[in-house]
Amino acid sequence: MIKKLKTEWLSNVRGDILAGIVVALALIPEAIAFSIIAGVDPMVGLYASFTMAVIIAFAGGRPGMISAATGAMALLMVPLVKEHGLNYLLAATLLTGVIQIIFGVFKVAKVMKFIPRAVMIGFVNALAILIFMAQVPHFIGISNMTYVFVAITLVIVYVVPKFIKSIPAPLIAIVALTAVAIYSNFELRTVGDLGAITQSLPTFFIPDVPFTLETLSIIFPYSIALAIVGLLESLLTASIVDDMTGTESDKNKEARGQGIANIVTGFFGGMAGCAMIGQSVINVKSGGRGRLSTLIAGLFLMFLIIVLGDLVVQIPMPVLVGIMIMVSIGTFDWSSFSYLRKAPKSDAVVMVVTVAIVVATHDLSKGVIAGVILSAIFFVAKISKIKVTKHKVNRNLVFDVEGQLFFASVEGFVESFDFTVERSNIVIDFSNSHIWDDSAVGAIDKVVIKYRESGNVVTIKGLDATSKKLVDKLAVYNDSNAKLSTH
Amino acid sequence: MYKNILLAVDGSENSLRATKEAVKMASLNNKCVIEIVYIVDFAKAKNEVLHAQGKEELELARRKKLEPVEKILKSNELSYKTKIMHGEPGPTIVEYANKEQFDLVVIGSRGLNSLQEMVLGSVSHKVVKRANCPVLIVK
Repeated sequence: MIKKLKTEWLSNVRGDILAGIVVALALIPEAIAFSIIAGVDPMVGLYASFTMAVIIAFAGGRPGMISAATGAMALLMVPLVKEHGLNYLLAATLLTGVIQIIFGVFKVAKVMKFIPRAVMIGFVNALAILIFMAQVPHFIGISNMTYVFVAITLVIVYVVPKFIKSIPAPLIAIVALTAVAIYSNFELRTVGDLGAITQSLPTFFIPDVPFTLETLSIIFPYSIALAIVGLLESLLTASIVDDMTGTESDKNKEARGQGIANIVTGFFGGMAGCAMIGQSVINVKSGGRGRLSTLIAGLFLMFLIIVLGDLVVQIPMPVLVGIMIMVSIGTFDWSSFSYLRKAPKSDAVVMVVTVAIVVATHDLSKGVIAGVILSAIFFVAKISKIKVTKHKVNRNLVFDVEGQLFFASVEGFVESFDFTVERSNIVIDFSNSHIWDDSAVGAIDKVVIKYRESGNVVTIKGLDATSKKLVDKLAVYNDSNAKLSTH
Repeated sequence: MYKNILLAVDGSENSLRATKEAVKMASLNNKCVIEIVYIVDFAKAKNEVLHAQGKEELELARRKKLEPVEKILKSNELSYKTKIMHGEPGPTIVEYANKEQFDLVVIGSRGLNSLQEMVLGSVSHKVVKRANCPVLIVK
């Protein structure tokens, strides 16, 4: 136990501290921008990023993963904030945490494998599109200088990393362009126009909402959506970090950790958050592996805000917009276009539907649920295709059955037999099939009895062991007196 | 002659050509061991995890990338080991080559033009610059 703690915390101290600092620098613009998306003060996102990172460092199941305020979560809370205000958001954040802990206790990680990759690809693409769309009101039709600043920011964030690797390019863009904006008096909106920065540590308080069923009915739908989306992104991120580091992680512990972190965040005035793919990748790339990196990211972020809060409000909005455009380009899965061509049509449809529903409803959870249901339907449709081929062997008429026989495929199964045959030897071969349930046995019964009624001799062969067991237990055709009507 | 050869591959045509050259080198010494190294690029981690249904499928896809290379080595009856590592290709190859003290690194060149090279960066160039042993780049 102590040994495990030691490797998770202290096996990579230097790398973790450096990477944590890099992540903290990269987190600031995102935390502010996501607060603006959610419609709350920048402090709400900054506090959330601080508490999420610090708590997850201890409670998470995936060392080296970064959790903070995220775009996916911010997008979900927009209507709640608009209609009911910040306190309801904080209450929803607490409830989100509770739901996530429950999910974690009931081993939610197992459920993850039922989410097809087409849905996950749709999820990240929809997220990217929504993040981009959220930027549009901040740069279209404001001023010419806004366009210029967005463009310069994009140039900096894409070109500078080719030459300077140690400092995150978004930070370079922010520092350089904020300085330009301050000294040049351009007409630009700043972060300060959209909210205040307070240079103090977050404090504990209970959200000021009435503790009634009505409150619960307001926040519950948001909390459940936040809980699902948060876990989805967190567990996807955990898999990515697992892969990058070639190590394993405890996904259920991560789910509980996300819950604990959200509860603490809610009590300290932060918005619900989750793991971040982009930041976690930056962390690992910068050499972060252990829990220490996550802790340092949170602490250093808070330190920067307390020291530099006055300057943060001066950051021009177009710079943040440029950074968010970069985030959305980085989030989008660009190989989706070749995926659409190469993947099975049903998968492509699931992906497109997931994206379309999210973009239409602005709710990632709805898209995911619709995508999962749709792909389940496609799956049943695919697997319920059953093929019966007729051919003559000697004097027997052989029907080869190919496919899974269960409640959804019995109709097609019965229909594919030719019941005009009279007085012959019929063999039904199930070598390439499997019998799943009693409707399947019932269908076999029906076919056998129908053939017998027109004077045929029917033999069943090729059943595998489990299918045979089921048929022997349930079928009535072995009873020579059996009639169709009795069944 | 060379005893420990590091053969860096990425599953492309170029790495097959590199493999053939590595075979020539290895045939000079019957004690020679080739280690095939495949680097899973950090930059592609998100994409690959997203497109794979589970860890097993992902690992299978990567092992498959080594298959044609292994086939060439097998048909020439050379002894070899395989290793899959995660990281940025250039630095990871260099670090491993220097740590394990290989006496030759063989690597295929992607044959990028100068613009692509500026954007993507040349892996083989990085390896040549920083590896402590001779490097054979195969066009």
